[in-house]
Amino acid sequence: MTLLDVQAVSSAYGQSKVLWDVSMGVERGGAVALIGRNGVGKSTLMNTIAGVQKLTGGKIMFDGEDVSAKPAHGRARAGIGYVPQGRHVFPQLSVMENLTVGLAALSGRKGLSESGIAAHIFELFPKLTQIANRKAGLLSGGEQQQLAIGRALAGQPKLLLLDEPTEGIQPSVVQQIEEALRRVRKELGVTIVIIEQYLDFAWSFADHYHVMQRGKIIRSGSTAVDTAADISHLVNI
Amino acid sequence: MQESAFLLGQVFNGVSVASLFVLAALGLALSFGLMRVINMAHGEMLMLGGYLAYMTLAVVPGPLGLLVALPVAFLGAALLGAVLEFTIIHRLSARPLDTLLATWGVSLILQQAARNLFGAIGVQVIAPGWLDHTVAISSGVLGGLTLPDTRIFILLVAAIVLGAIALLLNRTRLGLYVRAVNQDRPVAAAMGVNARLVDLLVFSLGTGVAGLAGVILALLGPVTPTVGQSYIVPAFLVVILGGLGSLVGTTIASLIVGLFTALIEIFVDVSLAQVLLLVFVIVFIQFRPQGVITVRTRALEG
Repeated sequence: MTLLDVQAVSSAYGQSKVLWDVSMGVERGGAVALIGRNGVGKSTLMNTIAGVQKLTGGKIMFDGEDVSAKPAHGRARAGIGYVPQGRHVFPQLSVMENLTVGLAALSGRKGLSESGIAAHIFELFPKLTQIANRKAGLLSGGEQQQLAIGRALAGQPKLLLLDEPTEGIQPSVVQQIEEALRRVRKELGVTIVIIEQYLDFAWSFADHYHVMQRGKIIRSGSTAVDTAADISHLVNI
Repeated sequence: MQESAFLLGQVFNGVSVASLFVLAALGLALSFGLMRVINMAHGEMLMLGGYLAYMTLAVVPGPLGLLVALPVAFLGAALLGAVLEFTIIHRLSARPLDTLLATWGVSLILQQAARNLFGAIGVQVIAPGWLDHTVAISSGVLGGLTLPDTRIFILLVAAIVLGAIALLLNRTRLGLYVRAVNQDRPVAAAMGVNARLVDLLVFSLGTGVAGLAGVILALLGPVTPTVGQSYIVPAFLVVILGGLGSLVGTTIASLIVGLFTALIEIFVDVSLAQVLLLVFVIVFIQFRPQGVITVRTRALEG
């Protein structure tokens, strides 16, 4: 069953169009990797799904509902969780406060008694417990990334959008994050769309991939059928 | 009268003027920090508060009238602020210069409306009996020091309002959302925060507080259609000096402006004091353009 259905979506920054009639479906419980060189529109597509970027054409169906006209907060409340590129934690807020902002996505969905920060977030990222009272702006890149994922999970999303979650993070932390994302998918049943430059991880994690070029999806397939080597010429410079 | 008593009296005056400035400037500072909007009609929210106090006291005379006037003025100004935000400011949010012009127009309309309704000559609000005293110290080092009750009352109102807003911003979920939107609007929205509603509430809160300042103004002098204009300039100075969008900065800057004016007035007359204040702010901004307190908001990064 399809959870997210992107139908011929276009988007533009002012006069310059960056997405051209992009269509993509994501199955409930699935994991999809968006692949492509820098500047091909991967982040724009993700921002358009999250509602941070306006769409200029097409339609986005989520969980059987047309969310195209919904503002970003409405999509978050519908169950779309978002981990932006560069993490974008709230630098002046503490770790705990950052996670609490994530609870805003529960407005209108859960009763107050259910709207605490779920224990599994601290289980996935034990580090967050130790640094709960520190200002997020003072954390390392890896800690901020764990916080950004935790913050999105606090809203108990059905779909998690991750924009290069391992970019610029030290390898030991990358492994932790990858492990946590696998558990998010398996144990919490969260559907995942991930932008990932690192093909090996994309292949071991996702079951489908879409390669983007110049604002369009030029190739899609199953990671079980194609190998990373088959498409590496489309990604490498 | 002892010299120390005179000096302390001036300091007290300065602090009480500062309390008025902080109430007048708070809304400007909050809405600029959050929405990057400069509301030229902010002074008219003070005026509205003053007239609402006048009308409330006509309906509820007696000692409790003033205590009824405070919430009435707050709600009235907050409501007008909400209407202004919803109908004009939100629609021009991407065009700061147009907002400036449009709110200036609103300011003129409101002044003329007040002139038509209440006349060009001011109306007088008489402080209730319980504020009609002075605390006087007759002997000792501070002999001769007199503190009028109205000024103590102003100080109390400002302290309560500041405390309440600090609690709201730092201890409530809504305050957390305000801070999140202030730091990163698109991401806060993507986390489910209704940034639009946050804007509306903060703007409305700011104009409500200006309405409270209007009640206090009414205790100090007549309420005229242009009463807001004479307070909007120092309010802008406070906002600039304080670092845009900071509660602590606004408070410190109000104290600086209030005390500077009160103390300099010992030596020079009132108009020269105003000139010197402007010179002081200009020099200060040369050396510290970000104001007393620096709040890094994305709104100010561009």
